[in-house]
Amino acid sequence: MNWEVGSGLNIASVLIVVIVIAAMLIWVERRLLGFWQDRLGPNRVGPFGLLQVVADMIKIFTKEDWVPPFSDRFSFVLAPGIIMIVILMSFSVIPFAPGVGVINSNIAVLFVLAMASLGAYSVMLGGLSSNNKYALLGSLRAAAQMVSYEVFMGISLLGVVALAGSFNLREIVVAQENGWFIVPQFVGFVIFLIAGVAESHRLPFDIPEAEQEICAGYHTEYSGMKFGMFFVGEYLGLVLISSLITVLFFGGWHGPLLPPIVWFVIKAAIFIAFFILLRAAIPRPRYDQLMTYGWLFLLPLSLLNLLITGALILL
Amino acid sequence: MSTLIKKSLFAKLLALVKDTLTSQVVSLWKVFRHLWVATDTVQYPEQQPYMFPRWRGRIILTRDPEGEERCVACNLCAVACPVDCIALQKTEDEAGRWYPEFFRINFSRCIMCGFCEEACPTNAIQLTPDFEMAEYKRQDMVWEKEDLLISGTGKYHESNFYRVSGKAIKGKDKGEARNESSPVDVRSLLP
Repeated sequence: MNWEVGSGLNIASVLIVVIVIAAMLIWVERRLLGFWQDRLGPNRVGPFGLLQVVADMIKIFTKEDWVPPFSDRFSFVLAPGIIMIVILMSFSVIPFAPGVGVINSNIAVLFVLAMASLGAYSVMLGGLSSNNKYALLGSLRAAAQMVSYEVFMGISLLGVVALAGSFNLREIVVAQENGWFIVPQFVGFVIFLIAGVAESHRLPFDIPEAEQEICAGYHTEYSGMKFGMFFVGEYLGLVLISSLITVLFFGGWHGPLLPPIVWFVIKAAIFIAFFILLRAAIPRPRYDQLMTYGWLFLLPLSLLNLLITGALILL
Repeated sequence: MSTLIKKSLFAKLLALVKDTLTSQVVSLWKVFRHLWVATDTVQYPEQQPYMFPRWRGRIILTRDPEGEERCVACNLCAVACPVDCIALQKTEDEAGRWYPEFFRINFSRCIMCGFCEEACPTNAIQLTPDFEMAEYKRQDMVWEKEDLLISGTGKYHESNFYRVSGKAIKGKDKGEARNESSPVDVRSLLP
């Protein structure tokens, strides 16, 4: 088998590694949250509790897969599939290392943004078809949050695109050979980080599934493997956002000494840990605060960032 | 008026940035530093927690220093028990000592309040720092006297009811108890 972008072996290994990492994150997150809260976290199953994931999977597979009789069955079953498919599709354009990746696409940035937008359908349909008021409230919030944060998520990336002169993520990484885009695009990075948290509805922006207010939000009625797909989908989103930040602002696979793929994994892992730290430290804002913050502060800021970047490139 | 609004909007913006830097970033850093703080967790089955000597746990029945049962079956513990988990029946041996024929504690009801220990006049019933009393069957939570009775004196090593009380038993007549004077012959007081 040849090892180049798009080969069968490449696709299979990317798929398997990404899903396994997303599943392992369940354990990583609980462990890290434990340490940050002066606890130990799950450490019983296997060495360091590593097999906790296996135990969780066995539990989730053997649970009753219940479809509420009052739900809209078709979209209820469809919704958790969408988020998995959409986020796994996004991984296809991520350049992990030279020669490692699924597609070398010219419209990779647009593709990722498009897939992120489609992800909104998953939570919307999930909440809507559940026929449950908490689920509906959750999907309502999710839809509003994701749609509004997508706007400047895209705009904050345009500075990077303008600097690299390409929508191709692989070329964006190559363009960072002599300097990461975090330096000229720091504002863009901060906005993308915040938008990324909101987009993957992780804490502190997990308003669609705020447990304390609306049960579990859009996946209140889900159980068994359908819930598991939402759950793993959330972690896949976390991996995706971390990979995107690495690719767009932190020079992707570039780094001294170590092989490129190792650098990519290290950088992405740091951001995954950072997102978990956000969960451990920052309380959830109110719903209207989130929207106001997005539309009245981050959107003008991202536009200003794009304007200044464009002006400096033209000068 | 318009300047006031403008100013307040700018002040709001400034406050937001200041809040992000001072509150959010600082709390992120403070939480991150907890990575190096020792955990408070006690890894229970391997690492036993320190149990205080006066912890109210598993209930025992003790014996006096002579090795006899302390319990005199007075029923005060059963009366004091708020959940009625103690049941016993009084009987008497040939020496004249009272003792429980059976003594039963239903630990599935017991709330470890320690009222029985407070009520006991002979220090017979005592609570211990043992809390590992899980059973698979509910019926196994009912403990009989042979389960409760230990061979030692428990917390109070000197306490010996029949040696201080006026009750006559075999081998100890009236007036022979500790600090007890001989019974007064009331007829000798007559003029």
